[in-house]
Amino acid sequence: MSNPRHDTPHSSGPSLWPIGFAIGVACLLLGLVLSWMIAVLGAVLAIAFGLLWARDVTRDVRGDVPEIAPETRVVADELAPGAVPQHKPLPAYPRSKFLEASLIGLTGAMGAVLTLPVLGFMVLPSFTNIDEDEVDLGPLDNFPEGEYVIATYLKDPAQGEVTRRTAFVRNNGQSEAGDPSFTILYSRCVHLGCPVQPNGPIDEERRIELKNAALLPVLAQSFGCPCHGGLYDAEGNRTAGPPVRSLDRYTFSIRNGRLILGELFAVGSVSGTGANARISRYPWSTPGVHVDGVEAWLYPIVPSQVTG
Amino acid sequence: MAKRKTRRQQIVDLAVLAPLDWIDERTGAVRGTKWFLFRNVPRDVSWAQTLGFATLIAFLTQTLTGAILAMYYKPDPNSAYESIEHITNDLTLGWLVRGMHRWGASVFVILLFLHMGRVFLFGAYKYPRELQWITGVLLLATGMLMGFTGYLLPWDQTAYWATVVGINLNGTAPFAGPWLAQFLSSGPEIGGDTLAKWYALHMLLLPGAIFALIGVHLYLVTRLGVVSPPWSKEQAGRERPVAEPTGARAGLVRRGTEGGAK
Repeated sequence: MSNPRHDTPHSSGPSLWPIGFAIGVACLLLGLVLSWMIAVLGAVLAIAFGLLWARDVTRDVRGDVPEIAPETRVVADELAPGAVPQHKPLPAYPRSKFLEASLIGLTGAMGAVLTLPVLGFMVLPSFTNIDEDEVDLGPLDNFPEGEYVIATYLKDPAQGEVTRRTAFVRNNGQSEAGDPSFTILYSRCVHLGCPVQPNGPIDEERRIELKNAALLPVLAQSFGCPCHGGLYDAEGNRTAGPPVRSLDRYTFSIRNGRLILGELFAVGSVSGTGANARISRYPWSTPGVHVDGVEAWLYPIVPSQVTG
Repeated sequence: MAKRKTRRQQIVDLAVLAPLDWIDERTGAVRGTKWFLFRNVPRDVSWAQTLGFATLIAFLTQTLTGAILAMYYKPDPNSAYESIEHITNDLTLGWLVRGMHRWGASVFVILLFLHMGRVFLFGAYKYPRELQWITGVLLLATGMLMGFTGYLLPWDQTAYWATVVGINLNGTAPFAGPWLAQFLSSGPEIGGDTLAKWYALHMLLLPGAIFALIGVHLYLVTRLGVVSPPWSKEQAGRERPVAEPTGARAGLVRRGTEGGAK
């Protein structure tokens, strides 16, 4: 020690390596969802910073090597008579320390190998295995212009009733550009996900049964949620109650004269009506999550942005 | 000359004490049980100090009834509701065990809160019992999660929509909320895998966590002992008038020397 007053042992100060290690692990996990390139980058980062971190942490241990005289045999002819043998103590790493470190390290590695895939299996399928089946709602004639039709369908018929979803479909006729226009609202209240009901009489006699869907015309210009009193107008804009955005909508396509439901997206608000509506569109998110305004800063990345 | 043992003592020695000694010599179980159960407590403990044990019994009741219910319940979206109906309406005593589990859940949560209130008002969370409080808070959180996950399992309209709302409430948490919600519902919304996931959480993961936490909690209770109430005269160093319990409690309470937990 250069300064004798500072000869008490002290642990090394904090380093930035754990942060780099954490970023690497985060990259790795994100990469597992996003793309393998990011995963590889994350793995490289995690290994590199992990090694640096380990090196940093064990610096004191490695520096604090007890001086153990090496076992040496005095060779007779090297020893001149009367000369004092010069034993320079060699730095040694005791066996007990090696065994301790290797036991802890190996057990930790085995534990990680066993638990990480299991934890991944617990968490990842919720984000990676999302079926994006399209739903066929039948010929366009099923949807009279300017009138809402309640469409209930099985999103995944193999899973059964638990995947039954409801959409409110309105044929808006032709847009100014001459394209067919549909307003397709999702029935989930964007307050906390209860089933929104159309406020109007349902025309049971004009019920249409399709293969995995049923269509029911309804005379409704507003929608209400039974749980906490959320109210929406015919465009899905909130008119009363606690909802934080407008009703979610579906993209749609028309194939062979049939209406096909696409993916869901979140709507900040809608101005205008019908075919001329201007919709502020956002990636789909959990009900209750703000998609626009200052509050949206609280949700910088939502799962649908990552899973597509 | 040593007194000869009576025949009765000999039988007791042979049938009870000898096997116990045999076990204790090899495991320390008898000494451990004595350490755990036969403790001195301050003489001014009251019924308030029994709330923790009552909570434990409520939880053990839930464990037992839940394990038996699992023999008949089917955590599948297409048959869960029917299996609950079957338990309640058809199976012998099914209504009783399901009722015990259902109402016992409320009893458990209510007792959790009463116990927490007792500990708070008695100041029993203070040094050296901080970790008891912290494990207790974790037990409260896991206990509430048990309630949350168990509520879905009847798979009726109330259960389903209450869980939808519950998941989406979690989803409004900043930053991680939507991710948490998607994890809880096994996808963007409740689907075919949700019920089994919640069943596994309710049956396996959360009870395991609760058992581990109860172990730590009870170890600390045994190690650190029970606290006198804040109004304890003995704890304050004042001598209480000698009032030995009478009647059935005579001889049950040993007077402390300086009061308080020793």
